[in-house]
Amino acid sequence: MGIIKAKQLVHEYIRRDEEGNVESIQTALDHVDLDVQQGDFIAILGHNGSGKSTLAKHINALLMPTEGSLWVDGMDVSKEENILPVRQTAGMVFQNPDNQIIASVVEEDVGFGPENIGVPTDEIWQRVEESLKAVGMLKYRHHSPNKLSGGQKQRVAIAGVVAMQPKCIVLDEPTAMLDPNGRKEVIRTAHELNKKKGVTIILITHYMEEVVDADKVIVMDEGKVVMQGSPREIFSQVGTLKEYRLDVPQVTILADLLRQSGLDIPLGVLTREELTGHILRIAQIGA
Amino acid sequence: MLRDITLGQYYPANSVIHKLDPRVKLFSTMIYIISLFCFKGIAALLTATVFLIAVIRTSKVPFRFMVKGLKAIVILMIITAAFNLFLTPGEPLVSFWIFTITAEGLKNAILMAIRLTYLILGTSIMTLTTTPNQLTDGLEKSLMPLSKIGVPVHAIAMMMSIALRFIPILIEETDKIMKAQMARGADFVSGNLLQRVKNMIPLLVPLFVSAFRRADDLAMAMEARCYNGGEGRTKMKPLHYERRDRLAYLIVLGYFAIVLVCRTFLPFPM
Amino acid sequence: MSIILDKVNYVYSEETAYRIQALKDVSLTIEDGQFIGIIGHTGSGKSTLIQHLNGLMKATSGTIYFHGQDIYDEDFDLRELRNRVGLVFQYPEHQLFETTIFDDVCFGPKNQGLTKDEAGLRAFEALRNVGMPEELYYQSPFDLSGGQKRRVAIAGVLAMKPEVLILDEPTAGLDPAGRDEILDLVARMHKERGITVILVSHSMEDVAKYVERIIVMNQGSVMLDGNPKEVFRHYLELEAVGLAAPQVTYLMHELKSKGLMVDTDATTVAEARASLLEALTGIDAGKADFHR
Repeated sequence: MGIIKAKQLVHEYIRRDEEGNVESIQTALDHVDLDVQQGDFIAILGHNGSGKSTLAKHINALLMPTEGSLWVDGMDVSKEENILPVRQTAGMVFQNPDNQIIASVVEEDVGFGPENIGVPTDEIWQRVEESLKAVGMLKYRHHSPNKLSGGQKQRVAIAGVVAMQPKCIVLDEPTAMLDPNGRKEVIRTAHELNKKKGVTIILITHYMEEVVDADKVIVMDEGKVVMQGSPREIFSQVGTLKEYRLDVPQVTILADLLRQSGLDIPLGVLTREELTGHILRIAQIGA
Repeated sequence: MLRDITLGQYYPANSVIHKLDPRVKLFSTMIYIISLFCFKGIAALLTATVFLIAVIRTSKVPFRFMVKGLKAIVILMIITAAFNLFLTPGEPLVSFWIFTITAEGLKNAILMAIRLTYLILGTSIMTLTTTPNQLTDGLEKSLMPLSKIGVPVHAIAMMMSIALRFIPILIEETDKIMKAQMARGADFVSGNLLQRVKNMIPLLVPLFVSAFRRADDLAMAMEARCYNGGEGRTKMKPLHYERRDRLAYLIVLGYFAIVLVCRTFLPFPM
Repeated sequence: MSIILDKVNYVYSEETAYRIQALKDVSLTIEDGQFIGIIGHTGSGKSTLIQHLNGLMKATSGTIYFHGQDIYDEDFDLRELRNRVGLVFQYPEHQLFETTIFDDVCFGPKNQGLTKDEAGLRAFEALRNVGMPEELYYQSPFDLSGGQKRRVAIAGVLAMKPEVLILDEPTAGLDPAGRDEILDLVARMHKERGITVILVSHSMEDVAKYVERIIVMNQGSVMLDGNPKEVFRHYLELEAVGLAAPQVTYLMHELKSKGLMVDTDATTVAEARASLLEALTGIDAGKADFHR
């Protein structure tokens, strides 16, 4: 079994009126199956309201399945006694950088998680230093989070999760509120953690260009997994992606248009370099 | 920018006073305030002055930062001094119209002004050399015995430290919402009191909504990081008394003893 | 008529250790009816700049003229300026406060001194313009989705019928569909009402598609100012200050440097496609000549 496995996972948000009668039921997750292997970098795409954040919150036991099951590292998340071990195994980074930093000093915030799980003081210091180094924020350890940029704050939040030494980190739209520089910082940090520390990463986003380097891409729509595959497989279906209200990168669209105009360009071009290569090949220049 | 306002006016420096355990500083400040109100006579006053100057010098905080705190209470000081000056009965020195200044009044006024000044200087040393977080930690640990009788000391301390983190953010947010409403023609300055209170609604509602949203987010983020109350928590920066802290306690107690001795045996009038 | 900024400087926390010069000698002319994009990364001074345009912030030195009048003159009515220069802040949905959507949109017009009926008419029009379904008008704004809330907030400013509409990163935090909705809405307002629109953004690709003029801010100064093609020609300088030109700009420049005759001024996918198709067929012909 992989590190995260979902079987027919259903989640319903139930709204009740003042007397407790059910007013409306909204199915946020609709029989989702998922199997993530340890060490993978998985990207989950979908527009707002597609159910991707609800899925993320299940992996961290912040929400409980209405039906079906979810296992994190073999632990059933719906069992009360598993909640803390699950949260320790699968850490979570949220969208708003301001609302997830607890302490007024960077290093104290990173130490917050280890403090909660009862790590001895000496080891907390060691973990804080390592985690801040891993996200490249060590020199800001004595700073106030209020004076950092958005990207830096998110890296501090990631360090806070890394310090708990999880096997898996779920990033729930970590770049939605950042500027382009901040976005790059955060995505690069996630990839580094995945490569150097072998941490399983689940990146939830609606920016397609952030998923190009993932091992596997999952597209969600209306609570269902509607597409699954390598970035190339996913990006080769430009039309379908647009149907799911996703934003396909300019080069991928351009490559697709050129292909449709009869040029010999394959499906699913991901990067600028690739497209340059294909065009030069057609023009028979250099190559 | 509003975010640059440092709460509690901490002045970073590398001094013995900065390094002291916050509990020592809390206790010492308390003792110092008590001493100010029980001294009598010139000898005690001198002791308090010497002690204060010595501590200020050791703290390496420039004197002008201390004086900043005094500006805020100038009015209070003038009023207190005036009360003492004019309302103390005794032997009249000067007298004009309905005012009479007595020798006792003059003495009391001066003494009160000195006390207030020393009190502000003394407490500013604590706030200037201790970060708000250290103070919270110090309070939490000092009050821990109260948790045995059911006082949620850990929760209170956690709330205090979160408040310290979010106050600057909320101040900035207030500024932003205010500007956004002003861009829609809102007026926060004119009108009578009732109107003004009514005009605050477009500011207060969004501010509360935002504060609740942040609180929700933060609670979830804390849960996700395994926060489960004070139970079973370790500390990254636990408070330990060191030699310098014990020494500081001794010095402060020594100072207090001297003041008391002066009060009893050397109550020379000024 | 227009807005003219003459050597505007703005300094935060003057005479303290935290002194920051947010604007440095900014001189600009904003003509009536233009659709302008202001681009810069966080801290470049772009948000400070737009808050000067409606008098919410006062320049430390320099002046701003609105239709030829100095807005810092003592008898100049700043509230009137704010009625005519509408500013939609970042995350504008955070300023909603009324019990119904309709009342919230009425807030601006009422502050302008309009009667209840007039304000209501304005609100109807604005809500229709932003595409809000009528059955939602009397619901609480707090029950809406993020994208809908934002449209209501924008309607709140549109209802004031400003001559100049400034939007500070109106698409921040929205998904691609939400982003396109907002940008299309803004473009339509510009076209239909002929108002001046100033769009602050850090996404070059979004802006390139819509605006006719781009002002690039860096460290408090205007770094570049021109139409998108002129500005993107400086793509290397843009990158040096942490801003990226659209992906196709890079692609076209790369191809050109490798000897393919393409139009490096192409900034949108459509332009790039046209230029590439032409260039590729053109080169085929040239190659045939070469072989002969």
